[in-house]
Amino acid sequence: MEKIHLLKIKLKELEAVCNEHHNDAGELINILHAAQGIFGYLPREVQEVIADRLNIPVSRVYGVVTFYSFFTMTPKGKYPISVCLGTACYVRGAEKVLDEFQRQLEIKVGETTPDGLFSLDCLRCVGACGLAPVVTIAGKVYGRLSPEKVRDILSEYYLLEQV
Amino acid sequence: METVKLIIDRRPVEVPKGTTILDAAKGMGIRIPTLCYMKLEDLHYENNPGACRICVVEIEGRRNLAPSCKTECTEGMVVRTHSPRVMNARKTVMELILSNHPAECLTCSSNGYCELQTIAHDLGIREIRYKGEMSTFQIDRSPSIVRNMNKCIMCRRCETMCNNIQTVGALTAVNRGFNAAVSTAFERDIAGSTCSYCGQCVSVCPVNALSGRNTQQPVLDAIADPDKIVIAQTAPAVRTALGRDFGFEPGTLVTGKMVSALRQLGFDYVFDTDFAADLTIMEEGTELLQRIGKYLNGDKKVKMPLMTSCCPGWVSFVEQHFPELRDNLSTAKSPQQMFGAIAKSYFAERLGVDRKRIVVVSIMPCLAKKYEASRPEFAVEGNPDVDISIYTRELARLIRYANINFTDLPDSDFDRPLGESTGAGVIFGTTGGVIEAACRTAYELYTKKPLPKLEFEELRGLEGIRSATIDFDGTPVKIGIAHGLGNARKLVEEVKNGTSPYHAIEIMACPGGCIGGGGQPFHQGRMEVLRKRAAALYQEDKNKTLRKSHENPYIQELYANYLGEPCGPRAHKLLHTHYFDRKEAVNMFIQENQEK
Repeated sequence: MEKIHLLKIKLKELEAVCNEHHNDAGELINILHAAQGIFGYLPREVQEVIADRLNIPVSRVYGVVTFYSFFTMTPKGKYPISVCLGTACYVRGAEKVLDEFQRQLEIKVGETTPDGLFSLDCLRCVGACGLAPVVTIAGKVYGRLSPEKVRDILSEYYLLEQV
Repeated sequence: METVKLIIDRRPVEVPKGTTILDAAKGMGIRIPTLCYMKLEDLHYENNPGACRICVVEIEGRRNLAPSCKTECTEGMVVRTHSPRVMNARKTVMELILSNHPAECLTCSSNGYCELQTIAHDLGIREIRYKGEMSTFQIDRSPSIVRNMNKCIMCRRCETMCNNIQTVGALTAVNRGFNAAVSTAFERDIAGSTCSYCGQCVSVCPVNALSGRNTQQPVLDAIADPDKIVIAQTAPAVRTALGRDFGFEPGTLVTGKMVSALRQLGFDYVFDTDFAADLTIMEEGTELLQRIGKYLNGDKKVKMPLMTSCCPGWVSFVEQHFPELRDNLSTAKSPQQMFGAIAKSYFAERLGVDRKRIVVVSIMPCLAKKYEASRPEFAVEGNPDVDISIYTRELARLIRYANINFTDLPDSDFDRPLGESTGAGVIFGTTGGVIEAACRTAYELYTKKPLPKLEFEELRGLEGIRSATIDFDGTPVKIGIAHGLGNARKLVEEVKNGTSPYHAIEIMACPGGCIGGGGQPFHQGRMEVLRKRAAALYQEDKNKTLRKSHENPYIQELYANYLGEPCGPRAHKLLHTHYFDRKEAVNMFIQENQEK
């Protein structure tokens, strides 16, 4: 893996977060939470800095990052897509919608497109079961989706990029 | 002390409040099976995640079964450890574990020593009713340790050992659910992690998920090659433990039988690493006196305290975690490497053969010795000083392989000249032994007087960190001792902070020292096994006529005819080494980014 150079300004922000938590190893999860907020994801380098700050082995940080599905080591796309697979969405065909996104974007769940535009994840229930199946893209909610609508929705964003 | 009364398997018992059902039962001679649970009280090792559920028991009035390792006894409790309900649950748990465990016991190197196998046998498992997905991890082979996560049962004993006791922090549980495994940071190979190859993870693994690298075949090949002169060297701790694999009581000394077995295997010469331990003392003891002399004369540049360098797990630990202190390590090579260097120079010249014809095989209690032997600086033109290092359990396997009836073997003596050793060389195998051996020699070299008493009782024992001040005829020499890398870390932090009060520090990476090495027959959580092995070494020391390294006549001859002075130019070339900074790139990375 190519070495990623963290932006100095973001690194300072991360160090401030660690200091706020008194560099306490017991605060690891909270610090990772904040770090993901700063960087968008948790690359190896970020984990190494945190381990060094908290004076714990980096293996332990990595163990926690891989245990919780919320934490990710892959950079998210500019437009992160979340497909709800909660019960209501699932019974109304969310899986087919998800399959269509995978087919159109040529990526699997948890991956990001090579152009960095889209990343694809699934989650359990966004609390909008009346609109099932539901997908959120960069915070915008799309309800009552069907596989046929996927291509059009993606086109919106491609158009946006061309402008 | 407050106690509680309860009934276990229809027998009344009274135990201190806070005792677990597992411990209470153990005290009554009831052996509840355990897999994840392991406790080594003297070492403060306890793995108790309550994960495997094989130790469940039935408690009257309680709806569900209780894990006995986690449940405290209460007043009036009625416990059954083998009721039909308990046994059904235990079998189900076992079958579920086995449903994702490769059924390859016959070809597994832990066959016969596996705790999972033993419990499955005791439970009478004859079929596995559950079929499902099987793990398919890649096998990770480092120079010392092999990691096969397909066999892992996630008991996490290794993780506890690596983090809580050794503080190496190489192993961690990663991912979750079916994909969970014990791995390293970023799931690198062990060779790319902060592992020091101490092998303690292997010695607590109940199965074969972590095992020692197997190099028996190259030994057999060398012996079968008529052109090769094959030399064995045996480390001191091996003779206290090898007998265990042939039914001897823990701590039985089998030195004579071991030598006979090695001859019968076909080794051309059977020598003793203890000889090289005596040689190490000559070099390290001299180095210690030199450093103390300079230090007392006000030389600010001399690195104090001197830290021993016999243990390759410890040396790796310093190189990886405290590279800034690597100059505190004695430059003396370890006994294994000194032996190899002498066998392939002095002894080769005596035989009049090229060093390439000689194959040095070391038999060690240790997995890190394999890695040490492979370090490129311990080779001449690509020809290693020690060709193959095998551990105690591998020697036991070779003995069985070659149809040798170990139990009935007669005793025999090591060959000369590299087989003669003193009691000082013998006690190298236990914590405190190296520094005691060094004190015996350094005292007499420094004071020019005979030691009033040979046994330095104050340096012995299994306490994790010990210290003593030895009176060198008016000069107080302060000694620190630690075994287990977590304890070592505490002493090293003092050195780093400049608060270390010691002149010399002895470290052995494994709890108990080499007697508890990662290559020894498994103790399976029984602390008394380690205690008996240590006692055996002190007994062997007592039995020796010569007990100070500098009195070994073959060592004296080696210096007179070949090496010259201890720490002299030739000794330096052959018997000393240097160390490297192997700290992970993390600090460099942080610096780089701060510069921007």
